[in-house]
Amino acid sequence: MTTLQILVDGFAISSLYALAAVGFTLIFGVSGVLNLAHGGIMLVAALVGWWVAGSTPLGTYGGTLVGILAGLLTAYLTYFLVVRPIQRSTAIAQEEKEIFVLTGTLLWGIMIQTGMAFVFSDNPVTMRPLIRGVVDVFGVRTPRNEVMIAVLCWVVIGLLWLLINRTRAGKQMLAASINPRGLTLLGFDLSQIYFRVWTIYGVLAGLAGVLLASFLGVGTANAGQLTASAFSIVVLGGLGSVSGSLIAAYVVGYLETITAYLIAPTLRPIPALILLVLVVYLRPQGLLGRR
Amino acid sequence: MTRAFNRRLLIAGAIFVLVATVLPLWLSAYVLGVLTTAYYFGVFSMSWDLLFGFAGEVNFGPTFLIGLGAYTAALLDNAYHPPVVVCIAVGALAALVGGVLLALPALRLRGPYFGLVTLVAVLLLQNAIVIFARFTGGEIGMTVPDVMTIDPKLNYWYALAFFVVSAILLYGLSRSAVGLILQASGQDAVEAQALGFNVTKHKLAAFSVSALFSGVAGAMLVFYMGAASVGTIIDIGIGVQIIIGAVLGGRRTILGPAVGAIFLVVAAEVLRPLGQLNTFIVAGVALAVILFFPDGLLGHVLRPRENA
Repeated sequence: MTTLQILVDGFAISSLYALAAVGFTLIFGVSGVLNLAHGGIMLVAALVGWWVAGSTPLGTYGGTLVGILAGLLTAYLTYFLVVRPIQRSTAIAQEEKEIFVLTGTLLWGIMIQTGMAFVFSDNPVTMRPLIRGVVDVFGVRTPRNEVMIAVLCWVVIGLLWLLINRTRAGKQMLAASINPRGLTLLGFDLSQIYFRVWTIYGVLAGLAGVLLASFLGVGTANAGQLTASAFSIVVLGGLGSVSGSLIAAYVVGYLETITAYLIAPTLRPIPALILLVLVVYLRPQGLLGRR
Repeated sequence: MTRAFNRRLLIAGAIFVLVATVLPLWLSAYVLGVLTTAYYFGVFSMSWDLLFGFAGEVNFGPTFLIGLGAYTAALLDNAYHPPVVVCIAVGALAALVGGVLLALPALRLRGPYFGLVTLVAVLLLQNAIVIFARFTGGEIGMTVPDVMTIDPKLNYWYALAFFVVSAILLYGLSRSAVGLILQASGQDAVEAQALGFNVTKHKLAAFSVSALFSGVAGAMLVFYMGAASVGTIIDIGIGVQIIIGAVLGGRRTILGPAVGAIFLVVAAEVLRPLGQLNTFIVAGVALAVILFFPDGLLGHVLRPRENA
C-alpha cells in the first residue's frame, strides 16, 4: 500500500519539479544564464495568482492566468533590468560575466522575495484547487487536482518538445545553444532568440509557481529553496540538457517522497543533496550532460 | 613588500585605526555593538574575497566555514568548559580541516559546479544541526556558558584588533608573490600552470587561509553574542550578505570587501525602522552598484593599475 502511495504521490511532485526545472535548464542551455532569481519568479506567479483568485471576481482560473502573466512579466524584468545590461556591459570582463549574472540575479531574487513579503506578508498561502474531488489511482485516494497537475505538466512539457524540435523558432533556439556564433553568421538575430527563450521560460516558471501554490502552498521564505532545488535538479541532469533534467526531477522527487514516507519527513531534502554532491564529484557533467 | 603598502594607504589605514580605537569614548554601547558585529563581517568578506577575487573560485558557502568554527567552539565550550581561547582555536582548526576536506575534491570542479558544491555544503551543515538538535539546539540555537567579556568597549576592541590584524595579513598576502600567482591562476589557470605554478596547491592554500580566518571570526562572534544559531551564522542569507559586501566594496582588493561588509551591517541597522523594506533597499543598492560600477565602491581607488 505504502509503495503505491509513494509511487502516486511522488509522481505528482516530480512532474511539478520537472516543469519548474525545464525552463531553468532551457535558459542556461540557450543563453548560458544561471538565473538565481528563479524561485522569486515562481513566487510572484504564485502569490499574484493566489491573490487574484481569492480577492477578485476573476476566480481560480482567472487567478491562474493572471499569475502566469505576472511570472512572465517578472521574467522579462529579470532579463531587461539585470541580465541583459550585464551581458552588454563593457566594464565587466568577459570571463567575469558569469559570476556577475549569478550575483545580479541573486540580488534581484532577494529584492523580489522581500518586496513580495512586504506586499503580501510572509505567511505561506495555498490556492484553492483548480478541480475539486478525489479519485482512485491504483487504489490510492488522490485529489483530482494532483492528477490534473501531473497531466498538465506533461502536456506542457510535450508542447515544449514539439516547439523546440518541430518549429523553425525552436530549431533556432537549439542552434543557439550549440553554436551561437554560427547562428549570427547565418544572419539570425541572437537577441530576438534570447527574448523568445525568456518568454517561454517566464510562462513555464509562472505556471509552475501557480500550480505549486495550489498543490503544496507557497510562502516568500520558500524562494531560496525553490531556486536551490531547480539548480540541483538541473545540475544532476546535466546543465543544459532538457531530458536529463526531466529524469533528474523524478530522481529527486521520488528520493524526497521515499525519505518522507519511510524515514522521517524532516529529513526530506537530505538524500537528494548527498546524491547531488556525489554526482558532482563523480560525474560533474551530470547524468546526460555534454561537456 | 615595499610597494605593497603604499604611503597613502598606510596613512589612511593609520587614521582609521586611530579613530576606531578611540571611538568607544563617545559612542553608546548600542552603536559599539553594531560596529563589533560589522568588524566580524568585515573579516568574513575579506576571507571570501581572497578566494573569489584572487583565486577566481566562487564560494557560495562562506557560512559553511564560519558555521563549522562557530559551532565547534560552542559545542566544546558546553561540553568541557575550557578557556575561551582554546575553544576559538579548536573552532578555527575545525573550520580549517572542514575547508580542506571540502576543497580537496571540489577544486577539481570548475565555475558553477564548485559554487554549487559549496552551496550544498551549507545546506547539509544546516540540516545536520537541525537533526542533532539534542546537542546543537536545532533551529532555536544554543547558548554558550562563557563569553569573552561583558564589557561592550572591551568586546569592541577585541573585534577591532582582530579585524585590523586580519586586514593586514590578508592584504599583505594578496600583494605578495603568492597573491599574484593566485590571481594568475584565477584569470588563466592553463597559462599559470604552463608557467610552472601548481594551481591546485595555491588554490587549496587560499581556501585554507580563507577557512582559518572565517573560523576564528565565526567562533569569536559566538563568544561575543553568547549564542550560536542557524539563522545568525549559517543561513544562506548570511552568506549572501558576505558576498554582496565583497562585490559592493570592490572585489580583488581585500580592503574594499571589508568596507563593503561594514557598510552593509551599518546600513541595515540604520534602515531598520523600514522593517522588511530594508533588505529590499540594501539589495537594490548593491544591484545598482554592480550594474553601474562593477569594480565596486573602492575598486578604482585601490586598484589603479588594473585597467592600465
